[in-house]
Amino acid sequence: MQLDDLYRRVIMDHYKKPHNQGQMEDGSVSVDLNNPTCGDRISLQLRVVENVVTNAKFSGEGCSISMSSASMMTDAIKGKSLQEALALADGFSRLMRGEAVEFEYEDIEALSGVNKFPARIKCATLAWNALKKSVLQLNPEAASSYGSGSNDN
Amino acid sequence: MNIAEIRAQFPILHQEINGHPLVYLDSAATSQKPRAVIEAVKKYYEWDNANVHRGVHTLGARATEAYEQARIKVAQFINAKSENEIVFTRGTTTAINLVASSYARANLKPGDEIVITPMEHHSNLIPWQMAAQATGAVLKYIPLQPDGTISLADVEATITPATKMISITYISNVLGVINPIKEIAAIAHRNGAKICVDGAQSTPHIPVDVQALNVDFYALSGHKMCAPTGIGALYGKKALLESMEPIEFGGEMIDFVELQSSTFKEAPWKFEGGTPIISGAVGLAAAIDFLNEIGMENIAKHDRQLSNYAMDRLSEVDDVIIYGPRNDRGGLITFNLSDVHPHDLSTVLDAEGVAIRAGHHCCQPLMRWLKASATARASFYLYNTEADVDAFIRALHTAKEYFGHAVG
Repeated sequence: MQLDDLYRRVIMDHYKKPHNQGQMEDGSVSVDLNNPTCGDRISLQLRVVENVVTNAKFSGEGCSISMSSASMMTDAIKGKSLQEALALADGFSRLMRGEAVEFEYEDIEALSGVNKFPARIKCATLAWNALKKSVLQLNPEAASSYGSGSNDN
Repeated sequence: MNIAEIRAQFPILHQEINGHPLVYLDSAATSQKPRAVIEAVKKYYEWDNANVHRGVHTLGARATEAYEQARIKVAQFINAKSENEIVFTRGTTTAINLVASSYARANLKPGDEIVITPMEHHSNLIPWQMAAQATGAVLKYIPLQPDGTISLADVEATITPATKMISITYISNVLGVINPIKEIAAIAHRNGAKICVDGAQSTPHIPVDVQALNVDFYALSGHKMCAPTGIGALYGKKALLESMEPIEFGGEMIDFVELQSSTFKEAPWKFEGGTPIISGAVGLAAAIDFLNEIGMENIAKHDRQLSNYAMDRLSEVDDVIIYGPRNDRGGLITFNLSDVHPHDLSTVLDAEGVAIRAGHHCCQPLMRWLKASATARASFYLYNTEADVDAFIRALHTAKEYFGHAVG
């Protein structure tokens, strides 16, 4: 077990200085999600204009993995359509299952090491589950093709 | 108490985790099992297994004998007046739910009060929320002192003649606080209330005498006291158990069954519908023998010494926040390391072979009171040594260094 596989520099950078932290006034949807087994929680806000995510903000409490994952996710989905955002979430699920997945926003790939720490996968997927739930609320049809906002714990 | 000899009886302890000897500091979640318990369960399945209370054949008689002997063992272990005051349950959660669903719902009416504390485990909190919602009773909390203890003055002030039930933990699974149960029971009774005690953390660690404490109900879990998972018990005073309606119906618990109605067995059997956890009861009896051989006083002293040692060592580490009182506490310490989330801490400690608990410990209201979203907890039992504590402290320094570099 190599800790450095889990705690890569880019993850710690996102944890130390999370991107997109805070709240926005003109959000289109807001979703609160928590991980009842450990107490992590995230509040995710998206601004969506004509099916495109124009802004994303989050606040919450959690470990380095859950907070860095939220930071990266909110970066990655900006400018994407809801369908593209869901495709990213799907890609992230596959990354957590140990598949080699490439992301346009490469930082996310640093989280691939979480796969070797099964107890921590739920930390990494919290923000992405909040994303799926947000999309489901905005556009149930977009979500249905990806099996709704189910958990990948 | 020879710890080396005790450790030798726990097969699971003798393994390496991530290249380091296992240091198991999560017994407050569940204890490890000695060979005597594992062997007793194995022997039961290889030699005595049958259903209880029905077969006329030899195995049926042996299984029933083993199961009922276990009930006597539990009764003696907590000094109940009679084994008929012991209901086997799945654990503490099921035991408290039985009191809340049967006794409380039948005896509470709108305006009555249920009193608990903010330090309760969810299993001694939610059943009372549900009972209050179902009956219109009010759920009240005894406030906590700054160090997490409760004061008897606050107990006096919170319990009123309208209070019908107080339910409280003996030892907090987060704060390590040992509550003055005997004194609280006296206050409850003076006001005409019943007292139910969550004994999940106390039964494994200190001698318990339900008659001396004069409690009405007492719940315990086998798996935290060296027994298998899936077995626990509810102690209830005989008259109370007799007055209560069963909440599960089926085989084993009936007297006569007609087409439209049925009558039930006496307590405790009327609460044990369905085939019970016979092997679990056998394992629990073996665990009680094992603990008795070492002596509960000795175990309590060992846990206290180890906890004090760990407290001293932990206090020397910079940036550590310790929750709960410094003295007179159970064998566990809940803490946080500044700037390192407990999940991250737990992962780094696991890489060093040290198993601790991280999270909210099934105590969300208490976590809010502590103003911590999550905490880390190291808990000790009879097989832990000062060397375990030293390994834990070493791993803590490793974590500090790792995150100091990784973050800094």
